Amino acid sequence: MKKISRSDLPRLFEALSQARRLYIPADDGSGQAKFLPYTPGMELTQNLNTVRSAKDLFFPQVENLLKFKVQGKQIEILDDRDPVEPFVIFGVRACDCRSFDVLDNVFLHAEPADTFYQARRENAVVMTLACNAPEETCFCTVFGIDPADPAGDVTMWQTKDTLYLRANTEKGAAVLDDLPLDDADDAAVAAQQAATREILKKLPLKDLDLNGFDHEHMLQKFNDPRWAQLSESCLGCGTCTFVCPTCQCYDIKEFNTGKEIQRFRCWDSCMYSDFTQMSAGQPRPTQKERFRQRFMHKLVYYPANNDGLYSCVGCGRCLQKCPIHMNIVKVIKTLGGECHDA
Amino acid sequence: MHEMIKAKAIELLESGCVNRVLGWKAGEFFYDLTPAVFTTREEIERDFVYSVFSAANLSKYLIAESRKEGKVAAFLKPCDSYSFQQLLKEHRIWRDNVYVVGIACDGMCDMDVIRDKGVKGVTAVHQDGENLKLETLYGTATMPKSDALPERCVHCKSHKVVVFDEMLGENGEENPDSGRFDEVERIEAMTPDERFAFWRKELSRCIRCNACRNVCPACSCEKCVFDNDKSGVAQKAAASDFEENNFHIIRAFHVASRCTDCGECSRVCPQKIPLHLLNRKFIRDINELYGTYQAGADMDTKPPLMDFTKGDAEPSVVYGRGGKQ
Repeated sequence: MKKISRSDLPRLFEALSQARRLYIPADDGSGQAKFLPYTPGMELTQNLNTVRSAKDLFFPQVENLLKFKVQGKQIEILDDRDPVEPFVIFGVRACDCRSFDVLDNVFLHAEPADTFYQARRENAVVMTLACNAPEETCFCTVFGIDPADPAGDVTMWQTKDTLYLRANTEKGAAVLDDLPLDDADDAAVAAQQAATREILKKLPLKDLDLNGFDHEHMLQKFNDPRWAQLSESCLGCGTCTFVCPTCQCYDIKEFNTGKEIQRFRCWDSCMYSDFTQMSAGQPRPTQKERFRQRFMHKLVYYPANNDGLYSCVGCGRCLQKCPIHMNIVKVIKTLGGECHDA
Repeated sequence: MHEMIKAKAIELLESGCVNRVLGWKAGEFFYDLTPAVFTTREEIERDFVYSVFSAANLSKYLIAESRKEGKVAAFLKPCDSYSFQQLLKEHRIWRDNVYVVGIACDGMCDMDVIRDKGVKGVTAVHQDGENLKLETLYGTATMPKSDALPERCVHCKSHKVVVFDEMLGENGEENPDSGRFDEVERIEAMTPDERFAFWRKELSRCIRCNACRNVCPACSCEKCVFDNDKSGVAQKAAASDFEENNFHIIRAFHVASRCTDCGECSRVCPQKIPLHLLNRKFIRDINELYGTYQAGADMDTKPPLMDFTKGDAEPSVVYGRGGKQ
């Protein structure tokens, strides 16, 4: 265990940003937090979490894939990916850290691996920060996540005056070696963890019942008539999808720059009416089917295909940001907990 | 007010006046209400909530609801009533299928505003006269209700419900001294470069979620051009970040003279972009160039940009209105 005084955070950020690009959660100009490239003087946010999740740094909203140049009968294909340099993300919360496992299953562990995502994952050092003050919208513990002891290459805890750091991987240890840190024992961290766990016991959403969200009850859930009522006032916007740390659907598009064809990909949303059009048109004609798809994917399809791992991490962003306050918690409370056979 | 509205909802349903009621449904916490349609007394008794968090404007839902079988009762706040009447004017809502109950409103609270004041982990909110009592994971807090109001309510344009079949509570008055254009004037006073930088910065946060468009009562096209893959301008094709900027400006143009300034766009924006300022700029310009006009205030007048008179401003008017150089 290492430590540094919180008043020395600027010194820590300077040291971290020497060897690689550093991202910290900081004010985005609206009073909300975002992972931003560190510049001298930038301060760590006081907010619990960012609006846009840490997934942005591995799977950006828009990225170039390649270019085509046509000359006569020749088509030249040019690799147009943005170069990836080593970087470090400071202050990732336990929920977002779990989201990397969810995304890895999709982009890395399936064949073929997504080389764009892979390059960023390999070049990144993830420094997580344990939560001291969870909010009412937090429910990561429902998914077996411990916000007092997050994963990552380095785990960090904050007390009133001190930041504690523990390397979990070789990559993390190598980063800590270069930093101006002192040795520390575990006592202060253990006390902080105990305090956080007392708050976790009071979280109003800690007892969500996920029973029945599994492969076995897939059709029962799919055919549940209550999807109609749950989705009736959904606006069909993409807010939940875009603030979600695990949503990973994208679209691939091209445009003519005048000189060549630029192919790029960008986030897509199952909430949109033109999502995954097929030759016969839109397979999910109304918002009810689109809404159902999103939650079936998070709670049933993904875990059925990934050893029971849910693709919700309980970060609570959709609870805070949905314009009509319809969210995965309301879905779980309405449809969960009943396991009678269909 | 809450009990009165609930009783009215049950009365309308049980008398056979309507076969369903559009309102706000209770959530996990006091503040997270969801617009919903209620069809039974039991549902209303259990879930119907009218509180300082019944902020969502229900008018746009009536485009679809009024086309269904039977009559729907809708509870409309002053803001919502302007949107409703504007949609009536555009023949988007079938008036005969809606029973409008007007409800007085003196401002709706916003959880983001409360969080911004540093109160975190709010698990329950109780209204105690002019104060909000907040229960949080970290103790209790009290805040004047006026501190929890979003900008649109601080600068409320009108407390008047402009269309109703029945009014609950006393109807209010228009508020011409709302000061809602103060911020627009501040931006107008900037140099073009400053103004450009201001909007580039604000709009740079856009994530293209389309919440502003989808919630907007004036954006009622059945299929938006930005949702049409074949249009070449579909929302996902971001050639540069300028496209998002343009999207908002174009949207403001499309709703100009029909936007009632209900402020839903800014309420729902997850990135806190002050989108309503674009609309207010148009409203202010229209007021200056065509005479004061409030969209949705009546059924008779034509929106100035959908009408032609010989006195209309000429296109050349832009040359004299570029702001400080």
